[in-house]
Amino acid sequence: MTAVTERAVGAPLGRIEGPAKVTGAARYAAEYPVENLAHAWVIQSPVARGTLDGVVVDPTTEDKDLLAVLWHGNAPRLEESDDPELAVLQSARISYRGQALALVVARTPEAARRAAQVIRLEITEEPHDALLTADHPGLYTPEQVNPAFPAVTESGDVAGAFAAAPVTVDVTYRTPALHNNPMEPHATIAVWSGDDLVLYDSNQHPPGVAAAVGAVLGLPAERVHVITEHVGGGFGSKGTARPNAVLAALGARVVGRPVKLVLPRQALFSMVGYRTPTIQRIRLAAERDGTLTAIDHEAVEQTSRLYEFAEQTTVATRHMYAAPHRRTGHRLVRLDVPTPRWMRAPGEAPGMLGLECAMDELAERLGLDPIELRVRNEPRVEPESGVPFSSRHYLDCLREGAERFGWADRDPQPRRRREGAWWVGTGVAGATYPTMAQPSTARVRALPDGRYEVAVAATDIGTGARTILTQIAADELGVGVGRVHVRIGDSTLPMASVAGGSSGSASWGWAVTGACRALRESGSEEAVYDSTEEVQRQEKEGKHAYGAHFAEVRVDADTGEVRVSRLFGMYAVGRVLNPRTARSQFISGMTMGLGMALHEEGVLDPATGDWVNHDLAEYHVPAHADVESIEADWLDERDRAVNPMGSKGIGEIGIVGSPAAIVNAVWHATGVRVRDLPVRLDKLLPHLG
Amino acid sequence: MRTFGYAPADDVASAVSLLATAPGGTYLAGGTNLVDLMKLGVATPDVLVDINRLPLHEVTRLPGGGLRIGAGVRNSELAAHPEVRRSYPVLSQALLAGASGQLRNMATTGGNLLQRTRCRYFMDATKPCNKRAPGSGCPARTGDHRNLAVLGASEHCVATHPSDMAVALAALGATVRVAGPDGERDIPVTELHRLPGDTPQVDTVLRHGELITSVDLPELEVARVSAYRKARDRASYAFAVGSVAAAVHAEDGVVHDVRLAFGAVAHRPWRAYAAEQALLGRPATRDSFLAAADAELAAAEPLRDNAFKVTLIRNLVAATLARLTGAGR
Repeated sequence: MTAVTERAVGAPLGRIEGPAKVTGAARYAAEYPVENLAHAWVIQSPVARGTLDGVVVDPTTEDKDLLAVLWHGNAPRLEESDDPELAVLQSARISYRGQALALVVARTPEAARRAAQVIRLEITEEPHDALLTADHPGLYTPEQVNPAFPAVTESGDVAGAFAAAPVTVDVTYRTPALHNNPMEPHATIAVWSGDDLVLYDSNQHPPGVAAAVGAVLGLPAERVHVITEHVGGGFGSKGTARPNAVLAALGARVVGRPVKLVLPRQALFSMVGYRTPTIQRIRLAAERDGTLTAIDHEAVEQTSRLYEFAEQTTVATRHMYAAPHRRTGHRLVRLDVPTPRWMRAPGEAPGMLGLECAMDELAERLGLDPIELRVRNEPRVEPESGVPFSSRHYLDCLREGAERFGWADRDPQPRRRREGAWWVGTGVAGATYPTMAQPSTARVRALPDGRYEVAVAATDIGTGARTILTQIAADELGVGVGRVHVRIGDSTLPMASVAGGSSGSASWGWAVTGACRALRESGSEEAVYDSTEEVQRQEKEGKHAYGAHFAEVRVDADTGEVRVSRLFGMYAVGRVLNPRTARSQFISGMTMGLGMALHEEGVLDPATGDWVNHDLAEYHVPAHADVESIEADWLDERDRAVNPMGSKGIGEIGIVGSPAAIVNAVWHATGVRVRDLPVRLDKLLPHLG
Repeated sequence: MRTFGYAPADDVASAVSLLATAPGGTYLAGGTNLVDLMKLGVATPDVLVDINRLPLHEVTRLPGGGLRIGAGVRNSELAAHPEVRRSYPVLSQALLAGASGQLRNMATTGGNLLQRTRCRYFMDATKPCNKRAPGSGCPARTGDHRNLAVLGASEHCVATHPSDMAVALAALGATVRVAGPDGERDIPVTELHRLPGDTPQVDTVLRHGELITSVDLPELEVARVSAYRKARDRASYAFAVGSVAAAVHAEDGVVHDVRLAFGAVAHRPWRAYAAEQALLGRPATRDSFLAAADAELAAAEPLRDNAFKVTLIRNLVAATLARLTGAGR
């Protein structure tokens, strides 16, 4: 018996694929059984800059199981690509340590690794520069920052405002390189059938991978079939095709049989992108009552020699708080380092760390409650664009969050609360993330058994997308979720946008909604809906999700060890489609924020140009024991302007501001402002006395 | 990973003779470190002599007092052993502070002692390291060394021994019993591990083919009031940034007996004899504890990024002894 009158959207439906995942039945890219499979191993550059002059396979060590060793001297030529990282094995030029220089293909994975260990690379090494500094002579202003924002914005008289302001803050915050580290590594099985290519590939965008891999191989996208049924996380590092997909396809072409390539954990640190380190100078000018008169936020970042990726670090500052005089900017330097890319909330996560910590410092200087400071600087419209907000309940998040967290009795003085060996403190920070949607197409079919098949080339990277699309379709069709079968994770399904920018549910849900409505209205057995026109007609500015993060931390007075006793997030994110999967998204973002605040750091050794802590034993992400209570909740927000569901993206906002709340709480506990993340014991210890 | 031979042994004598004839071989116990190192190409044994079937899985009482811990006893079993918890709490706490539950279920007493440094250059076969490739240099001295040695290091190597358990055993004055091609011998645990000097590739005084068969704990009254305090960058599954194993007996406010050892500061678990000497007969106060720590740490030679370890160990000594003696802050 199906209660079709109950709405599925808004119900805490468990993940459709949950049982398959926990029983091991769900297949990830590397797990497909393929006949006659060969195995590949990547040989990565041991130098940060130079040329690869030769690859020597010692005949005395040649293995009977070795099938091929590909490098630029013998690999098939590829077509030009927008992404130079996909031009694998094409050039002698070495652009960073860890770059793929050769591909070994063998009958077994063991044989591939064994061969890789004895293959000799002839390399001419050149001096390299892998160290980001605030005054690097190579710094320049890029034309735009990701994806297409101006690099610099300025309005009013910033210099004049600072000169005239009674209270100013001028601080520099640093965030280290951060690595996405999905649990499932990047992996591909490539199978050629004539000129058609099938890729079982772990990614966030099957149609995009089909198009990109097809382009470098000189194939139309429809000749490349990308299957991405389940993905064990991506966090941005699988947003576009990565070298593994092209390498596997090349290897398979050359040896004439299917090839599997699974990147080892260490390779994920250099070959698939990471979050750039940032050096952010934030200046705030205010009246004595806390009214901001000027905001100036500039970020220094790095990119590789190979590809300019400019993170939009200070873009959130453009619309967060009101101030008549304002400037934001980005400067980049090209170094002999791996190419940085997107990592969960690129821009907002590091940028809001800088802004929200600077706001806390301003509140301290003014003797004003940090929440009240934010209240006094709430903009009526987007400060730079002048566009009204479609909805903005930031202050409600702060106020409701403060109520739930127990902020009211907070003594603003730092270093006042002691519990045994622990200094205890609390902190707050705001969160924001843009609300976006991208064109997608969905198809709905009425099946003979009374069920409906919904098809869209989306991916579920662990977010719950498959489940949410099922709920959306069920409501639009007026049936129970049991009668809806959602097909995703396949590039041959109707065109879908990337699982990125917290826009998956909005974009795919929009198309699914359209297709279901078309089916009902037409009464036919199949309907297809392409949201392109409607999405493109939409006003892009003024649409954001908001939140407030609250943290309580303990700092050991003897060791400087930091533990988070409470982390709470309060959000205004439009309509929450599934509270169960939404809570997971919020809490996982906050957990990653906790890691950013206290643990995560890609340590680049300037001498080798390599990450030295490139595994999960040495690159720390939070453990359960690092936080005692972590909770999220949300306001009931209605926003019909964003998309037909009224939903805002929730996949990234949890990592925005949560690091700042923790850093601010550490100050409140100890009186120490650590402006260089992560906040670890050695940075606190000298000041604890 | 290269091809290697695998030879399970059923008793100590056959294990020793199997390895004695395999100069490139090594023993395999829990494998929690060795297998990783083999995957990384850091360890390349050509034969593994599996010692998991050896009858070394018991904890027994020694006739004259104290405990004999079989080398094959798993870390999780040892941590939970009632007699260990009662008489040597520092050891139980040190074991539970190490690794993760899964690793402790596999890791053995002997293997834990013989695990290798986690210096990030040692662990990466594409980089120079005097310990892994003698003569190739030590990039850690000028590179990444935040968590490396401040005591007893050399220009050739600044690695630390990563074990928590070994620090407790050093404080307790345990004895390592060894069987080898030339017979059996006893080695004080404090003398098992070497300082790096100019041969950092040699971790211990064990000769090829020697097998740890047990670790003997002396009967030790002072150990009943003991603790292990480990400072680390995350609350679980992280190596120590600095640690202290302490046992103390104070009466009428005076220290009558004390054992101290430091972890994550040197190429071996660091028994703090100078600090112990400085404390005997002194008042059990925070000031005495700090002075004792300073006596030991006077020899510290920190690098650019690890000077904080001196402060950290000093604070840990004072905090741990204060807690054990009830001296307060």
